[in-house]
Amino acid sequence: MKLFFALCFSFFANTVSAQDLAPDAQVKKITDEVIEIIKQDKDIQAGNRKKIDQLVDVKVLPHFNFSRMTALAMGRNWPKANTEQQKVLTGEFRTLLVHTYSGALSTYKNEVIEFRPLRAAAGDADVTVKTQVKRSGTEPISIDYSMEKTPGGWKVYDVVVGGVSLVTNYRETFNAEIRDGGVDGLIKSLAGKNRSLELQASSKPK
Amino acid sequence: MNIILRRFLGLLLVAAAVGLGGCATPGGSLNDPLEGYNRAMFGFNEGVDKAIIKPLASGYKTVMPEFARTGVTNFFANLGDLWIGINNILQGKVGAGASDFGRFAINSTIGIVGLFDIASNAGFEKHNEDFGQTLGRWGVGNGAYVVLPILGPSSVRDGLSLLAVDWRGDPLWYVGNIPTRNELIGVRVVDNRANLLDVSRLAEEAALDHYAYVRDAFLQRRRSLIYDGDPPPEPEPGKTSESGDSKGTAARAGTELPPAQITTERGERIVTAVDEEFTPAQEFSEASVQSAAVRQEPAGVTGAVYEPRIPSNYDALLAVSGDRTGLARVSLRP
Repeated sequence: MKLFFALCFSFFANTVSAQDLAPDAQVKKITDEVIEIIKQDKDIQAGNRKKIDQLVDVKVLPHFNFSRMTALAMGRNWPKANTEQQKVLTGEFRTLLVHTYSGALSTYKNEVIEFRPLRAAAGDADVTVKTQVKRSGTEPISIDYSMEKTPGGWKVYDVVVGGVSLVTNYRETFNAEIRDGGVDGLIKSLAGKNRSLELQASSKPK
Repeated sequence: MNIILRRFLGLLLVAAAVGLGGCATPGGSLNDPLEGYNRAMFGFNEGVDKAIIKPLASGYKTVMPEFARTGVTNFFANLGDLWIGINNILQGKVGAGASDFGRFAINSTIGIVGLFDIASNAGFEKHNEDFGQTLGRWGVGNGAYVVLPILGPSSVRDGLSLLAVDWRGDPLWYVGNIPTRNELIGVRVVDNRANLLDVSRLAEEAALDHYAYVRDAFLQRRRSLIYDGDPPPEPEPGKTSESGDSKGTAARAGTELPPAQITTERGERIVTAVDEEFTPAQEFSEASVQSAAVRQEPAGVTGAVYEPRIPSNYDALLAVSGDRTGLARVSLRP
């Protein structure tokens, strides 16, 4: 009988889509799943970038809102880009962020991730999910996810690690690029960066 | 020699703070009037790191088993807890300070001279404090961004704190035997750098402009540390009602006046209100308006930006930018 209930429950848990979850529950679910996979996959632990990218692509990226992220990084320069440029920028910035995110994941070494209680009112459409990574010999490092409610469920639009936003940290650089070379100059720089990262990755397959 | 070693140590500590990130003060480049010098020094430091410190750290990481490295990290971290505790108390966080001394007592004894971090498992969390943060907590602005020789990213406030005050709180400095002391400091430098190898590689890969990425990450990180991880949110420039007229202000591009912001004592934002009614500052004699920001204004906006010091009996105050300077009481809780 107990088993029956357990089965029912697990079936239920599987059918609850990420869309229906509260934002913190959603982050926890994804984090747990990703860590479970990393723990079991020897290739990923050995730094197989292709496999990590795949994992991120399937498990993590659908929950990110990259156009919001790009707009956030661009700040007041965002409206200066036309629709086509915005699309290209979002694509390039996405590639760069994914590379960084995958790189960070590949350094995971059994650290414990704790979830802090969500401080939000019931109707909030914009919340911050706070987590902490415990490490020996240093204070825990915080990883906060800024999330907004969209028709497609809760989406992450900023990741703040140890107080540093992985998104807005680009703002000054983007400002400078646009000042010097316009929006197209920024696109060129981003594309160049992504290409060099790709070359680097293929030249020393880990 | 000591001084050089001492500086290496500082570099690592600062690099640690930096590696992970940064909050751009709006118009971060305005915080960087020394950019020319800074970039040159950043390049020099990178050279020293690549030639000496990083290879040492990589070798150390390869040779030493992980549990041994953790022990070394814990050992130095334990010695640091005393100074961290003192700074917590200086900032009025007596509970946190007591916890730091408790950590030192537990780890020095049960944790065998600090090799094991028993205290963390017992619920005494490690903190990150230094005198620069204490000054920040007291309301001292960070001043210009400065890249120190060897020590790396810093600011006028943090650099002075590091060189003038923090080393006095470092137990290693009081080791009587000079060669032993230098050796210990050297090991600490290498161990710290080894812990940062992944982070520094990630930052390098992520950056479009490595110098600017590290600078902005450092500024964000320090700001976050001063507020113990809960800084008041930065305004989102995309949402400000700036006209976007930046012609002829190329040198000031990136300048953004934050919208007026109401924060609680703990720095949490309650309301963003650019156009709310303001009460004259003199109504609140205890409130001190600090012109924290040495920011220039974008064309078309006059006035200065203020960061309020919030008196303890007020729940919230309003910082105002533009020509309607003043503080407004939002709610009074004596």
